[in-house]
Amino acid sequence: MTANRSSGHTQPAHERKGRRGFLGIAAAGVAGILLAPGVRLIEIAQAGQPKGGANPGVRWGMLIDSTACSSGCTDCVKACNTENGLTGGQSATDSQWIRKIEIKEVRTGKTQSLPVMCQHCAEPPCVDVCPTGASFKRADGIVLVDKHICIGCRYCMMACPYKARSFVHEPLTGQKPDVPRGKGTVEGCTMCVHRVDKGEMPACVLACKTAGHSAILFGDLNDPKSDIAKRVAQYASRQLREDLNLNTGVRYAGF
Amino acid sequence: MAESEQRNPVKRGPTILVGLALLFSIASSVPAASSDSGQHRTQGVVPTPRIEPARGGTCPESPAFMRRNHMDLLKHQRDDTLRVGDRRGQYSLKECISCHASQATNSVAANSSNFCQSCHAYAAVRIDCFECHATQPQVKP
Repeated sequence: MTANRSSGHTQPAHERKGRRGFLGIAAAGVAGILLAPGVRLIEIAQAGQPKGGANPGVRWGMLIDSTACSSGCTDCVKACNTENGLTGGQSATDSQWIRKIEIKEVRTGKTQSLPVMCQHCAEPPCVDVCPTGASFKRADGIVLVDKHICIGCRYCMMACPYKARSFVHEPLTGQKPDVPRGKGTVEGCTMCVHRVDKGEMPACVLACKTAGHSAILFGDLNDPKSDIAKRVAQYASRQLREDLNLNTGVRYAGF
Repeated sequence: MAESEQRNPVKRGPTILVGLALLFSIASSVPAASSDSGQHRTQGVVPTPRIEPARGGTCPESPAFMRRNHMDLLKHQRDDTLRVGDRRGQYSLKECISCHASQATNSVAANSSNFCQSCHAYAAVRIDCFECHATQPQVKP
């Protein structure tokens, strides 16, 4: 301790001044870089993003029109099962990524039918609780499970208010090349990420359109020129469990 | 002391002979067994895995490089694909499978002679890629 102090004292004065001067110039330089007009840190950060990955400027979303959704029609569910290689509930433990629900207004007796799947929240509780980081949100808002690091603890299933995730209990065979699935991991709607990345729309959206209902509208919520952004800007739409403030990517209209 | 040292080799003689005979018989039976099963091609006394030829086309890297680095390439690209959403990489498992799937089984891991399994069975490495990933190439609609 004393040796250190004495060595500090023996340092020549001009050397100490030189270091101080350098630090001053360096600090001024850094400040200059940070405060240069028109330069924002977000742009610098995004410049480092690999091109070709999910676009952070995009927020994929769906708008489900429950007035157009037909009661008894399960085309979206079937299309999801086919696209992702799900069995469609042959056994009690089979995965379910999308389901049709019927809701009824008790006073009037008016019933409505609508699909429920992963709502692709902006603030996903499943991501918050995941102990390994397997549950994550992509830059474009799609919430996924990285099954390479999922340990199958199922915290995310508990945390999800929409019962959107399933656990794979049994060994699987014959998976789709685009949709790897396996025992011991949690899975859920991927918003058909493999199709979206190719510029196609999710299987359920296509099936609904083919069936002539067009009850599900898919698009970029952040793009003011997209159909979905125009619709949500113009007409009333709701999120399921709005009280939780999760800012879901899937929105509902007509109830 | 000197007596016991001289006596011991005489006593151990037959034991060593029997041991050597056993060793030779085991060593000579190993290549014979593997050539019977047809899984391995024998190069000298060391059996090496017999790898099925690919379906054609060009691999992005040389076989020697791939043998040593394929697992790193796959692991790196899986994170790019899944977490970043960048699907431009050339080292995807899907691409490997589309070229290396067996002509007979249309798979890379259906049996121990298929491409992935031929080496991994030989090296006694159990891979769990195919518990989730498809072993067959995509059927184009």
